[in-house]
Amino acid sequence: MHCEGREGMKELQYDVLVIGAGAAGLAAALEVSRNNASCALVERESHLGGILIQCIHNGFGLEEYKEELTGPEFAERQVQAVRAADVDIFTDTTVTQLNAENDRKEAYCYSAVYGVLRISVRAVILAMGCRERNRGNIRTPGTRPAGVYTAGLAQRLVNIEGYIPGQDVVIVGSGDIGLIMARRMTWVGAKVHAVIEIQPYPSGLTRNIVQCLNDFDIPLYLSHVVSRIEGKQRVEKVQVSPLTNGIPDEENSFEIPCDTLLLSVGLIPENELSKEAGMEINPQTNGALVDATMMTSIDGVFSCGNVLHVHDLADWVAEEARRAGAYAVRYLRNERPKRQIRIKAGANVRYINPAMFDPDNPDKLYFRSLIVKNQAKLQIKLDHKPVKEVRLSHVQPSEMLHVKLKPKDVAGWNIMKDSVLEVSIE
Amino acid sequence: MASTDAAAVRADVAIIGAGLSGSCIARQLSAYELDIVLLDKECDVSMGVSRANSGIVHGGFHHNLKYLKSRLEIRGNLMYDRLQRELDFPFKRCGILVAALNDEEMKYIDHLYTQGVENGAIGIEMCSRERMFELEPKLNPDCVGGLHAPGGGVLEPYRFVFSVVESAQKNGVEVVTNFEVVHAERAGERYRIHAADGRQVEARYVVNAAGLFADRVSEIFGAEEFQIIPRKGEYFLLDRATEAAPQRVLFPVPTKVSKGMLVIPTVEGTVLIGPTAQEIEDKEDVSTNADQLNLILDQARKMVPKVSQTDVITAFSGLRPALADGDFYIDISAKAPNFIQVAGIQSPGLTAAPAIGEYVKDLVKKAGCSLVEKADWDPYVSKLPRIRDLGPYEADNLVNANPAYGNVVCRCEEISEAEIVEAIRRGHTTLDGIKYFTRAGMGRCQGGFCSYKIIKLLIRETGMSYKDIQKCGAGSELLRDAL
Repeated sequence: MHCEGREGMKELQYDVLVIGAGAAGLAAALEVSRNNASCALVERESHLGGILIQCIHNGFGLEEYKEELTGPEFAERQVQAVRAADVDIFTDTTVTQLNAENDRKEAYCYSAVYGVLRISVRAVILAMGCRERNRGNIRTPGTRPAGVYTAGLAQRLVNIEGYIPGQDVVIVGSGDIGLIMARRMTWVGAKVHAVIEIQPYPSGLTRNIVQCLNDFDIPLYLSHVVSRIEGKQRVEKVQVSPLTNGIPDEENSFEIPCDTLLLSVGLIPENELSKEAGMEINPQTNGALVDATMMTSIDGVFSCGNVLHVHDLADWVAEEARRAGAYAVRYLRNERPKRQIRIKAGANVRYINPAMFDPDNPDKLYFRSLIVKNQAKLQIKLDHKPVKEVRLSHVQPSEMLHVKLKPKDVAGWNIMKDSVLEVSIE
Repeated sequence: MASTDAAAVRADVAIIGAGLSGSCIARQLSAYELDIVLLDKECDVSMGVSRANSGIVHGGFHHNLKYLKSRLEIRGNLMYDRLQRELDFPFKRCGILVAALNDEEMKYIDHLYTQGVENGAIGIEMCSRERMFELEPKLNPDCVGGLHAPGGGVLEPYRFVFSVVESAQKNGVEVVTNFEVVHAERAGERYRIHAADGRQVEARYVVNAAGLFADRVSEIFGAEEFQIIPRKGEYFLLDRATEAAPQRVLFPVPTKVSKGMLVIPTVEGTVLIGPTAQEIEDKEDVSTNADQLNLILDQARKMVPKVSQTDVITAFSGLRPALADGDFYIDISAKAPNFIQVAGIQSPGLTAAPAIGEYVKDLVKKAGCSLVEKADWDPYVSKLPRIRDLGPYEADNLVNANPAYGNVVCRCEEISEAEIVEAIRRGHTTLDGIKYFTRAGMGRCQGGFCSYKIIKLLIRETGMSYKDIQKCGAGSELLRDAL
């Protein structure tokens, strides 16, 4: 595979390049390789498995491996499979530029180990994951002392580097990483004083509210915000305000003395490389707009996992990525859908992924609710006519949902060229 | 910055304050046969007023020539091209637009134009609405016309100070950080200057460039009484991917107290919006406030409607050290011998800084210090390559020579391990010091991904304990304990 490029830069050629070797990239690369296409897997960190390796709690693998694993165990299974497969793995290597407009796509990769590489491929699978929203993104006023960390950074410091960032902790946001870190910081001997959530409902999984907060008597303040950070050199206290009609109520604010503030306030798909390559973004997800084959607006570039839309479960990331890998290989064989129709998010649905539907190859659809409701109903309409209904025992914005349409569902549909499929929750 | 242990420093000139003014003065004086010491109370240089401001080299039309600050602004502006060649800091003469949103404001534009012409601002022009939109298509459609000053530009103030200080050090200036001046006395022909931690420096001439604390330093030396009024300016920094990035710095028509809320395309590709202008009491209060931050978004949208709060990556504030009359106060003290005041250096202090260096050099001479030119003064600093500035082929050569350039530590700003190691070796041993020197941690993730990597590099390069890793100075330790 190796050959020298012009001016001595190392140039490599493959069928498929997978960018990122977390849960998504590993699953995608394995699928590409299982279908006998040559594959390069590029990862900027020195380890494979992405963020999984710092998620030392359990709850992983129930769907993929039918048993409960920790994050590192889940990653290890994926890594072993990829290492056994015919995938060329480049760790400590950062893709800095992607030129994807032509039939052959080029990625420039920087690495202390390999030097600068130019990898030339026919298809690219984006699997870069996401980044944490930070203090600036939520515009928390106050001083700018040491002691403000995103929850994922704190998790990295504790679980991998072995450092404890602080003793008296307040957590902003009840996202899963925040909840997991509430428990983790308690276990390492810190006092977690409160979790502050802006929404009237928790944003993490119910099992995490129970296992990480309730079991440790950590108070959860719903409809509250941290309205000010104080402390000159290190965080000394935070001001917490209840929200009244969406506005912080100064009069009923209270202070919590602490030395550490952890932020678990959402994740943003890391699509900067994709945007620079000219890819169209879905403003609802900050991920790519993909068709029924997970292909982005750039021909031959596919997207999956958290860089496509932020998932709750690594198992679902792997499932989605496997499909992206399979579709990328079909693309190499010039197998494209004969027809695709648009899918639209209807009432009470925040978004639906993918954005297109192939009636000849119905597949899984992932979506999120905008409302909290028990005994809800999923309604699928084709050109305003109901075609399928599914009962949902409970929906809430923080829990991703999915539905799989089967060929028998689609059999009787009267599909026109400009038909639209609408998914709503009632 | 690499700092000297000042237990027994005897100098000809001591400069108090290593911000824009102090560092430019130090570099200017480093061309002469003098022992110079540059003192700062913070853990690194440029960590006071010069750390957080708009970063604008002004266009020479905002102030009347009767003010010293205006004369120094004009002169300082002209010095920047040469300084950039000598000192290798990012600087771009992108130009400045002042946008009028109604006919009343347009009358003020007339006044600014006339003032600019009288000041000798090069290339300044009045613009019709059509010309304004040709120069900046993203402007508010309500814009009726304005002013274009092509000589204005942008730079990162701290990055400029780092380069100036490096040049000064290369020419013999000693830098002493964590040196907070608390007392001074005459010892023969010299001042003996005492720091809070007991260290002492002796010097024949003293320059007071202490920024917000120039009034306090003046008092310590028994010189003139005056009061520095801190004026807070809050800012938002926007992601480089924002659609609101203009081609040129956009000003509204100024008010009596400030130049108004700007939209600034920074030299490094991000966008800065702000500042507010609020007089406050506490000289160390650099907090941000919800009401002010909302004001910034509202005002910035009046310039560029595409400004969006979803593009915000961080908020910060800086303090401007203003005197009651609004002008700079740069003079030889009439009360304390051989003591030179450089106070009230608010806007346009960055633009004026190189000219302040020259001006104060002349005052030092006037005060009786003999200035003999060095034969071997070297105005140049060595260029530091940055992978973000290079294409892949150039980068490949760099990585071949030093593989650490291939390790991208800060993904958002594309900063390599080699650049961070270089910053550490030059004495920037706090997270903020490294951030301001290299930009690592200044991008959209705000250090979420790279902080732990930088902590590990700091430990590897310096051998310091994890417990001593600071954000910026004593008390800002990042890690409390280990497992």
